[in-house]
Amino acid sequence: MNHSKRTSLILALLAILAMVFAACAPAAQAPAGEEAAAPAQEEAAAPAEQVTQAGLTFGLAVHSNPAEDSFWGVVERGAKDAADTYGITLKSGGSGDPAEQAQLVETYVSDKVDGIIVSLANPDALKDSVKRAVDAGIPVITINSGVDVFKELGAITHVGQTEFVAGQGAGEQFNKAGLTNVLCVIHEEGNIGLEQRCDGLEDTFNGTVERFNVATTGTRDIAGTSASIQDKLIASADVDGILTLNPDVAGAALDAINAVGRDVKLATFDLSPAVLDAIEAGDILFAIDQQQYLQGYLPVVFLYLYNVNLNTVGGGNPVLTGPGIVDQSNAAQIKELAAQGTR
Amino acid sequence: MTVTATSPPKADERVAELGLVGILLRRPEVGAVLGALVVWVFFAIVTPEHWIGLGGVARIVDSSSTLGIMAIAVALLMIGGEFDLSAGVMTGTSGLIAGLLSTQAGLNFWAAAAIALAFALLVGYINGMMVVKTGLPSFIVTLATFFILRGANVGVTKMLTDQVRVSGIDKVAGFGLARQVFNTEITLFGERFWTAFIWWIVLTLIATWILQRTHWGNWIYATGGDANAARNVGVPATKVKIALFMTTAGAAWLVGIMNDVRLRSAVASQGIGQEFVYIIAAVIGGCLLTGGYGSAIGAAIGALIFGMARVGIVFVGWPTDWFFSFLGVMLLVAVLVNNYTRARAEAMTTAMAKARTETEEAEP
Repeated sequence: MNHSKRTSLILALLAILAMVFAACAPAAQAPAGEEAAAPAQEEAAAPAEQVTQAGLTFGLAVHSNPAEDSFWGVVERGAKDAADTYGITLKSGGSGDPAEQAQLVETYVSDKVDGIIVSLANPDALKDSVKRAVDAGIPVITINSGVDVFKELGAITHVGQTEFVAGQGAGEQFNKAGLTNVLCVIHEEGNIGLEQRCDGLEDTFNGTVERFNVATTGTRDIAGTSASIQDKLIASADVDGILTLNPDVAGAALDAINAVGRDVKLATFDLSPAVLDAIEAGDILFAIDQQQYLQGYLPVVFLYLYNVNLNTVGGGNPVLTGPGIVDQSNAAQIKELAAQGTR
Repeated sequence: MTVTATSPPKADERVAELGLVGILLRRPEVGAVLGALVVWVFFAIVTPEHWIGLGGVARIVDSSSTLGIMAIAVALLMIGGEFDLSAGVMTGTSGLIAGLLSTQAGLNFWAAAAIALAFALLVGYINGMMVVKTGLPSFIVTLATFFILRGANVGVTKMLTDQVRVSGIDKVAGFGLARQVFNTEITLFGERFWTAFIWWIVLTLIATWILQRTHWGNWIYATGGDANAARNVGVPATKVKIALFMTTAGAAWLVGIMNDVRLRSAVASQGIGQEFVYIIAAVIGGCLLTGGYGSAIGAAIGALIFGMARVGIVFVGWPTDWFFSFLGVMLLVAVLVNNYTRARAEAMTTAMAKARTETEEAEP
């Protein structure tokens, strides 16, 4: 937390400078107080090539600390890349604690940012803060989780993978593999997105689905998570498939399967280099890729277009970034991209 | 109960012989031993199929070994009167340093692990110095270390790999031997064990020997009981405390390396929140938060109870959603049992000793 606070302080300072640079841009809504506080000579230093730059500041608030989570790290990377491309100042942060995430959104509102990107893993907890942003005239785009509520909350659109549909996709793949008894491994508490994935799996899968909660160890104690999955495989001899919902948990499940020595098929949500290696080697059947880089990149572009041209994307429907299936056929190419931290 | 013919001055009950039962009841780990038996028997009744037998034992020790190694180091520190909240995240830091230096800088894994050890001991030394020199509670000092390391784990890893994990540790030179030494899978009597459990048992014995049989052990108890009083009788309390912080950091290093070689990778979130689990294990094992009391075997058994709960709940098929509640109840019960047995045992053994010194004339 210290780390992200310091980062946001630096970002806040940068944001003030950016507002000064862009003082004459039409869409800038920089508060008068901050403009007055900035020294005059910095205005003269404003680079000339920033004609297209609107001096916008967007805030990204997600339900996990993006600095500590491999998945959210890629989302943040996408948002940063888009922000750099469009000359936008991006503030980003997040917390697994819904109260902290809501506070972050409200901080952005008080900060009068030009757009907010928020993931709604816990919509009820975020509802009031998002509404406050919308009421303040700040465009909001929801990402990742929250496809069911984005309209009701007044967000322009939602960018993500509908978790239920993605889960359905996994179920169909498992049917093709001829499995009968599958574990759906939940690694975070209080994330409805994970439950919806398991719901989708239950919907299309012909066999039985059992939910297995490893949130006590999660990604903070991978060896412990692996041990728990191994215990579960020992206790439930009829399990022949596992669906994990995070790439690091997939690695833990793979170790557990190898230790038990039974033929249990593994599939996972989301990618990592290790997951791609395992798919290439045939140890993991497939991965559901929601292309989370887009969930960072696209909202920044959409908010930019909304700010400078009042465009809205999606026509009231969510913009889907997945599910894409990564299997042995395309793992090698995607591996190269994942190594760069963009897949 | 023979009466001797000589008649020395009446013996002091504080140094009287207690007898085997009395000695056992006075041990700090008595509550933990009882608790472990209760938990084991409970799961043996509820889910005997996979629980009873060596297979069940293998699963339990897998879930408790690395936790146990940390718990005994934390127990020593707690007996010495201090906390280390950075112990959990330190396992991540050590694992990441060794992983990053070997995969990114191309060092031999052993060299990388040695540098990680040096760094861990340095952090332990700084923790100790800060606590001793500033007089601030170790809770605060190590909380700060916790946050600094937590941020650095992520910051450095992302800076060097563009990701929040280090993978491919198994491809570096020296990995094979390191895996053999620190944590590999072996088959004993047809069951697969991770060798971390051997480290765990050996370290428990060493810690117990230090506490019971060396002057360092006396120093640790004395420092935790009352550091000023200890200094007044010549115990180097400052040195003891710093050594204990370094021991905890060293144990965290060992666990970090064990995770590296087992998982062949390291994640930046490793160990966050685990520090409380170590403290819980030490407390279940009879350590007092105020210091000066506790045992290494107790902490090891505390970790064992924790591992049993983790495995047992899965074997029974209970929703693991309730795991933390179970842990909380267990902690409370363990502490109450510890309190009760300690009070009873002291009252009982003191009475026994008194009775003995009054009815017989013990040797001086």
